[in-house]
Amino acid sequence: MTQQAVPAVTSPPASGPKERDGRTVQRSLVVRLLARPEVGVFLGAVAVFVFFFAMAPTFRSGSAMATVLYQSSTIGIMALPVALLMIGGEFDLSAGVSVITSALTAAMVSFQLTMNVWVGVVVALVVSLAIGAFNGWMMVRTGLPSFLVTLGTFLGLQGINLAVTKLVTGNVATDDISDMDGFNQAKAVFSSSFTIGGVQFKITVLWWLLFAALATWVLLRTKYGNWIFAVGGNKDSARAVGVPVKFTKISLFMLVGFGAWFVGMHQLFAFNTVQSGEGVGQELIYIAAAVIGGCLLTGGYGSAIGPVFGAFMFGMVSQGIVYAGWNPDWFKAFLGVMLLGATLINLWVQKSATRR
Amino acid sequence: MDRTFHPRRSHRVAPVLALAAASALLVAGCSSSSGGKKAEDAGSNVSAGKASTPRMTVALVTHQAPGDTFWDIVRKGAEAAAAKDNIKLVYSSDPNAGNQANLVQNAIDQKVDGIAVTLAKPDAMKDVISKATQAKIPVVGLNSGLSDWKKLGLMEFFGQDETVAGEAFGKRLNELGAKNTVCVIQEQGNVGLTQRCDGLKKTFTGKTQILYVNGTDMPSVKSTISAKLKQDSSIDYVATLGAPYALTAVQSVSDAGSKAKVATFDLNKDLTDAIKKGDIQFAVDQQPYLQGYLAIDSLWLYKNNGNYSGGGEQPVLTGPAFVDKSNVDTIATFAANGTR
Repeated sequence: MTQQAVPAVTSPPASGPKERDGRTVQRSLVVRLLARPEVGVFLGAVAVFVFFFAMAPTFRSGSAMATVLYQSSTIGIMALPVALLMIGGEFDLSAGVSVITSALTAAMVSFQLTMNVWVGVVVALVVSLAIGAFNGWMMVRTGLPSFLVTLGTFLGLQGINLAVTKLVTGNVATDDISDMDGFNQAKAVFSSSFTIGGVQFKITVLWWLLFAALATWVLLRTKYGNWIFAVGGNKDSARAVGVPVKFTKISLFMLVGFGAWFVGMHQLFAFNTVQSGEGVGQELIYIAAAVIGGCLLTGGYGSAIGPVFGAFMFGMVSQGIVYAGWNPDWFKAFLGVMLLGATLINLWVQKSATRR
Repeated sequence: MDRTFHPRRSHRVAPVLALAAASALLVAGCSSSSGGKKAEDAGSNVSAGKASTPRMTVALVTHQAPGDTFWDIVRKGAEAAAAKDNIKLVYSSDPNAGNQANLVQNAIDQKVDGIAVTLAKPDAMKDVISKATQAKIPVVGLNSGLSDWKKLGLMEFFGQDETVAGEAFGKRLNELGAKNTVCVIQEQGNVGLTQRCDGLKKTFTGKTQILYVNGTDMPSVKSTISAKLKQDSSIDYVATLGAPYALTAVQSVSDAGSKAKVATFDLNKDLTDAIKKGDIQFAVDQQPYLQGYLAIDSLWLYKNNGNYSGGGEQPVLTGPAFVDKSNVDTIATFAANGTR
């Protein structure tokens, strides 16, 4: 399992037969483990967990963990495709607002046409995938950096979210759809809760872990996973060995679209209405979770499990500060310092593992 | 040159204009038909006839962040007044103070007949407002800037004293027997929001705490409030500073298994339903519609009759007005139009 991911990064430059021999002999299992992209963030998350476990009595309860996991899951579900895209060497700055675009679409389609809410849900999926496809196609077609293309989409969607909502509903928020047909079914899928040992967990946590398992399998066991590493590592040599670069990139953007749809549906069915100005700034949190989770900003390296811990760490820090009852004026500062600290642990672990 | 240039230009402009007009009509047609059961257009809903005074142009420049339900209501009030007074309303907004000042400059350049402006960051607006007064354009303030409007030379001011509103909120909590309340701020560093919590703290006899949440991410708002309720289980009232956050707080309370009640500043149509159902105890309303309406109407009154609301000395207060179970039914009808 480890061998699949690592060669894509390390093997091409340093593939002298002698060196490889030496390494396989000398590196112990521990060191090999430490070199994995997700181990640093795992240790960082453990550190944060232990810290708050000691500092905040409420943090120790099961229901507090459920809250932390819920917050982590809404970030984490999006951080997964964002991480895969980043491994594939690209960015998506429109990820935050496209969540809201999806939720707005579903709400307005079902309300205005007085349809079963599933109609809205399906239309929203189509719209979200189309946005992803547009981003990917535009980037592949023009050769512009994805930063620029998705910055354009980010701004464009912000305006569209607002203007179209206002045009259609007359207000800047959508109408309440909670009394419409199909709402309860959709709520069961996207936003219900289940109980384990007296503690209520949100279903998004299950979906999050399921998607993470799926992404890990795709990344490590399928041809498509190899393509992702290849196009992120070196696009031209990937193309030379027959990887469909355009297809891989466009499909990765569409995967982000899928994630945006899913989180958007969760928000819609959890809160019944959507405000059109939300979502701005979330894209950076998704990207942060992926980077903390060990994905390189330059592409070609990373994992799907890493961002799970990245999102978990983000959830723990932001809720842990509240559980600890610290002076809230410092909230953002605490958040920044802790995230930076955790990332440094992550970096240190990786460095000390590769140095040996 | 003039002769050859002119006809060609009009030739090209005409079809473009026609197309624009046609598409505007099309868009207008679409929106009204798809709106269906909703009475959408506030302007046509609330109408007090129409003035026959000469057409004038007024700019409304606010610090609205995109997509905020509150500012949407302010704008509807302004549009209703403009429609009644035969005013062409130019609306623009930017949450960044420097950009907002540029928008005011833009209005001066257009030689408008009046400017209504919010003073969320008064210092940044100082220079551009003095430019407007030098250009003999009357300027009125609304919503924020209660302590600065006179200093900056504005004619009149319409709004709510946030501290007073917070104080009224705290008194109401005392009456309801609250002991421990958490004041939820959705935008860290916003002066007006902080004043509300400060005012609440001043009059409230129980314990008050502040909680910051990330206002652009509802799931995060929800989990942060429930985390707070779990951390301090003696909290019996959650005070939110905006209607959407109040509705989310109701979910947080049930998630946390807490018995806390929820009350809020500001209204919208979903909130009136929640008050009816008893999910939310009360809301303090600063009547944003009234702020927008009065600000525009006052400029018309000044131009056509030389009037000063508040005598040019005192601000005109639009709040705090309480909405609770006793009066929610009447207000709900207006809130459904998006005007309360």
